[in-house]
Amino acid sequence: MPLLKVQKLTKSFGGLTAVLNVVMELKQGELVGLIGPNGAGKTTVFNLLTGVYVPTSGSIVLDKDGVQKELQGLKPHSICKAGVARTFQNIRLFKDLTVFDNVRIAMHKNVRYGLLSSFLHLPSYHREEKRINETTMELLKIFKLDGKKDEYAKNLPYGEQRHLEIARALATNPSLLLLDEPAAGMNPAETAQLTELIKWIRKKFNLTILLIEHDMSLVMKICERIYVLDYGILIAEGTPDEIRSNKRVIEAYLGEDVGDV
Amino acid sequence: MKGMLKTQFIWKLLLVVLAYGIIQLLILVNIINDYLQATLTTICINIILAVSLNLITGFTGQFSLGHAGFMSIGAYTCALIILKNPTIPSFLLGTLLGALVAALVGFLVGLPTLRLKGDYLAIATLGMAEIIRIMFINMDTITNGPRGLSGIPRFVNWTWLFVFTVGSVLLIRNFLKSSHGRACIAIREDEIAAETMGINTTKYKVLAFMIGAFCAGIAGALYASYFYFIKPDIFGFLKSVDILVMVVLGGMGSISGSILAAILLAAISTLLQSFSEIRMILYALILIVIMIFRPQGLLGSKEISLAMFNRLGKFFAFEKGAK
Repeated sequence: MPLLKVQKLTKSFGGLTAVLNVVMELKQGELVGLIGPNGAGKTTVFNLLTGVYVPTSGSIVLDKDGVQKELQGLKPHSICKAGVARTFQNIRLFKDLTVFDNVRIAMHKNVRYGLLSSFLHLPSYHREEKRINETTMELLKIFKLDGKKDEYAKNLPYGEQRHLEIARALATNPSLLLLDEPAAGMNPAETAQLTELIKWIRKKFNLTILLIEHDMSLVMKICERIYVLDYGILIAEGTPDEIRSNKRVIEAYLGEDVGDV
Repeated sequence: MKGMLKTQFIWKLLLVVLAYGIIQLLILVNIINDYLQATLTTICINIILAVSLNLITGFTGQFSLGHAGFMSIGAYTCALIILKNPTIPSFLLGTLLGALVAALVGFLVGLPTLRLKGDYLAIATLGMAEIIRIMFINMDTITNGPRGLSGIPRFVNWTWLFVFTVGSVLLIRNFLKSSHGRACIAIREDEIAAETMGINTTKYKVLAFMIGAFCAGIAGALYASYFYFIKPDIFGFLKSVDILVMVVLGGMGSISGSILAAILLAAISTLLQSFSEIRMILYALILIVIMIFRPQGLLGSKEISLAMFNRLGKFFAFEKGAK
């Protein structure tokens, strides 16, 4: 049983079908890319997987340690609790909160004290807060943000904001991580650094990663498999080499061969 | 580090006890006379109201214009109980019951309305407060209609005021410093991101609404048992706006800001008594001037803390040393 099994996933907005009959399978520990021209429906697939949109039809099944859970129709917070975390294409940090708080908030789903303890600051509160703070610092260290923990998220440089978003997603302790254009707006050096980081966190946190990316240098380098989406339909699936030479993919990106007119 | 926290805690405790003791002394030697005591009561009630509305509007980001409605529920519940049975235990029971009923109404109203945002939520909460007020006007047999309830026995003295005010503020402060409170703040910052990070936004919006309503219920009960007399009109739209003014003036998202604003507005109001004719004009002018020069409110989203005074102290010590 794969970690994530998506079957015949469809989403229509009124008369417009943004995603049609998408079928996907992610195995435990895989790093898979989702590419396609602008407006192909990549982010819509992410929004369906995380519950921001409710699918029109189709099923999404997450298999966590042998326990299968259907995700379609669940609220985003329940899907997060099931073990799916994501970042956003247009960064959605808690801008007016500190770097530290941004990560700390994402640990809320694993907090083990109740309301009474939060009103009265009972011993369980102090114990848990200590654990949360320590784990948060560990995460910030991995992304080299520990020196900036008290800075407002909005004041970070762009690249670090993207890093902080990944750190925040990891704080929810996911088994599947969805990255929406993690390298957008980065220069080649930063992209290379990010590539290494993604590889490293996959090993360290035992993650399965699905990423949307336009930067082909990143996609071809680290993805083991790639899905290609065009006008809401999956047109190809395979290893980076297969995708590179796939005729339909080239057509989707560059247009059809006009032939000898 | 732990030692420092402990000394800080002792300092804070000392300050709080000192504040209580000094005012109690001033009341005993009658420097704070009956008139000033009424002002003091108003300040304490307003602190509870402003801080609890700040939890809803400033911290959780849900714009509410119905806080006076929750206050009236607490006031009527407590008044009806102590009119039947004027003893201290029944006053405490009335206050608790008033707060609980207000929280329950907060839950029932919050569940459907909190899916609205911004202006729409403001109008819905405003409507809710009006419905509550009109219900009190029309339940003639119980609430005596628009004439209101009079002759409510007075149990509220400085000690009870102090206990309830400090209690409510501490309750809200502790909540905001916990993971549950941070979940509320995350909703204000970005609802979609909060939801995706595993926060049940509906649950925490309703929860903040309920805690705010609970404290407003306490404030209403204190009001009823101090001023002898309540009627539905006291808890109208203007009262809700008054509370909102305090929150905005003190700074959305600052507990100490709300406390400061509650004290400041009562002080201004008292000082302006001698200009009775143009009093409200001056009051409004002062508000306008403050909002022009401090659009983010007196304290913005900062808090007054002991560490702040430490820094100030160090700063002045440095200045002296430089000379």
